[in-house]
Amino acid sequence: MARPVPAKLVRLMNTDTQYLHEVAASDYEHGWVADLVSDTIPKGLDEDVIRLIASKKRDPDWMLENRLRAFRYWKSLEAADQRPDWAHLTIPDIDFQSISYYSAPGNKPKYESLDEVDPEVLATFERLGIPLQEQKLLAGVAVDAVIDSVSVATSFKDELAEHGIIFCSFSEAVEKHPALVRKYMGSVVPYTDNFYAALNTAVFSDGSFCYIPPGVRCPMELSTYFRINEAGTGQFERTLIVADKGSYVSYLEGCTAPMRDDNQLHAAVVEIIAHEDAEVKYSTIQNWYPGDQAGTGGVFNFVTKRGICQGDRAKISWTQLETGSSITWKYPSVILKGDDTKGEFYSVAFTKAKQQADTGTKMLHLGRNTASTIISKGISAGRSNNSYRGLVRINKNADNARNFSQCDSMLLGDRCGAHTFPYLETSNPTAQVEHEATTSKVGEDQIFYCKQRGISEQDAIKLIVSGFCQEILAQLPMEFAVEARKLLAIELEGSVG
Amino acid sequence: MTPILQINSLKASVNGMPILKGVDLTVNTGELHAIMGPNGSGKSTLAAVLAGREDYEVDAGSILYQGADLLEMEVDERAREGLFLAFQYPVELPGVSMMNFLKTAVNSVREHRGLRPLGAAALLRLAREKAALIHLDSRLKKRSVNEGFSGGEKKRNEIFQLAMLEPRLAILDETDSGLDIDALRNVADGVNGLRTNDRAFVVITHYQRLLDYIIPDFVHVMYDGCIVMSGGKELALELEARGYDWISENGVPA
Repeated sequence: MARPVPAKLVRLMNTDTQYLHEVAASDYEHGWVADLVSDTIPKGLDEDVIRLIASKKRDPDWMLENRLRAFRYWKSLEAADQRPDWAHLTIPDIDFQSISYYSAPGNKPKYESLDEVDPEVLATFERLGIPLQEQKLLAGVAVDAVIDSVSVATSFKDELAEHGIIFCSFSEAVEKHPALVRKYMGSVVPYTDNFYAALNTAVFSDGSFCYIPPGVRCPMELSTYFRINEAGTGQFERTLIVADKGSYVSYLEGCTAPMRDDNQLHAAVVEIIAHEDAEVKYSTIQNWYPGDQAGTGGVFNFVTKRGICQGDRAKISWTQLETGSSITWKYPSVILKGDDTKGEFYSVAFTKAKQQADTGTKMLHLGRNTASTIISKGISAGRSNNSYRGLVRINKNADNARNFSQCDSMLLGDRCGAHTFPYLETSNPTAQVEHEATTSKVGEDQIFYCKQRGISEQDAIKLIVSGFCQEILAQLPMEFAVEARKLLAIELEGSVG
Repeated sequence: MTPILQINSLKASVNGMPILKGVDLTVNTGELHAIMGPNGSGKSTLAAVLAGREDYEVDAGSILYQGADLLEMEVDERAREGLFLAFQYPVELPGVSMMNFLKTAVNSVREHRGLRPLGAAALLRLAREKAALIHLDSRLKKRSVNEGFSGGEKKRNEIFQLAMLEPRLAILDETDSGLDIDALRNVADGVNGLRTNDRAFVVITHYQRLLDYIIPDFVHVMYDGCIVMSGGKELALELEARGYDWISENGVPA
């Protein structure tokens, strides 16, 4: 039986506040379009398009077959009008035939070195603050940069190779490591999982692949920057991370996108496999174009992210900061299959203007002594709607399973909405499930207290919001946390003390 | 002597209910005024109106602060101009570190005074110095603002912030309530250490015992929204001996 549990609700203020309106109305900083020469196929989706994508990707036959199976399944769902509609979202009727399903930047499909890369592409990275050359020297972060659908640059490969770590574009993995891809692709998120997972499997263009061999601790944070950069082009990324026995990897995903008028569909799939004693930490900052004040033009973000703790004592941790997209539909989940495995979900979702977010997690306890932690913070401003939806399922063989969940919502202003839909399904009497709702604080008192110390209302809100998120931001790797705070426009937090 | 605060015939209400019914009070720089009175007499309302709390409606009268119209000033502007309120119930700010909070507050005030912002190191130095002054456990500085603090720690933290922000006029709203005798002494030591010729204090208290440790220049008694009696420090002792009934029995101005 699923039953909803009441959430804590913090009403920060009842009155309309100048600053909140400014925040809610602030323009999207990363909204611009790089002038790239693109190789884009015509709009529309049928088996010929699937074959065209496969040929452009130089897919092996098994991959083409996989695409076609997924496409046929997707078509059957589409024909039966079975688009997912259970989320607390108002989703416009998407015309899947008016989308182009493949776009590659530049004229060359591959680059030998950075010198060959389109200067516009490099300039794009400069404006995003990720100069590859400098990052190599300074940040110690390996970057597999994805512009639209083709990987244009990779770095740090040699160092990673020394450890036997494979970190490359999905296409390269299909070509060079087909056995690994065939073994694991679709093993956590099969194409039959849902409408958008089926679509992704059919048309995905590229993405990232990562394999950490047994006993290896990845010596650096792995990053992929996704960027949607072609008007009217869907972005269908595919990420596959395999952590073999006793290995560790921290993976960062960060996104910004240019401003545009057409709605952009983004349906990614991320799969994580953690074997015995392996640990995977996956962090996301999502800042796609949220649409204008009227709510038009933003990215639709329908993502399926799931990890499986395959072996005993494995651990998977999802941390996300969701600030962008006009619609977010996303539930990073963990299947706790091995005994003594751990799953974690830490999330901050910030919505403003007319953004809608329905996000949360699923923790599926199958093994014994499995433990999961869910901490979700939702902040809504403007006329936005922000929902947490989470499932904790304890199967009948999952003896001594434990879950701790905490879902807090903060409302900025009185025209936004916050909703919580937690579901608990327990089939084992030894389960220990906690859902915490701490005491609500009256936000006016907090703002008054700050102002009485000379702090402006704007700074007071920054302080309070950043304090509200601190628990989650502290989970992010250092450099990512800095970016996260910038995104929340709270430069002050954490700078002292 | 220069008046830093002049309250004239102040009337104020909450949700249409009159609380202050004509308060007159003049405070000069360098003075410490104690305001005493029974519960519900309007002491805390006076503090809230001075700080600029929105739920309190000023119906009549005026307040001059350093010669300017206080009621025209925003809450944060009053604070930056040197008006400080030590809260009766300090508010918790979960996840906001004390040092970050202090840095924001101190630098807001400094900017207003045309001073350069303090960097992290200078701020830490200042905080260490001020914390020692009021015997504040330095571990408190590492926690979130007031979160999980005991009642005594919260009150001491208010005085610590007072020390950090160096206001011209400090209003202490029942800072002694809920304190044991050791904590009370600590708070009093802190306040006494902060008394200077260019700073004034208004200390609101229900009990006389705080005034054993903080010796006031003037004592005022509030009753039913008015200051009905004023005197020197002896007045506090007399009140302690006779109780607040003595005020009502001795005739209160209508």
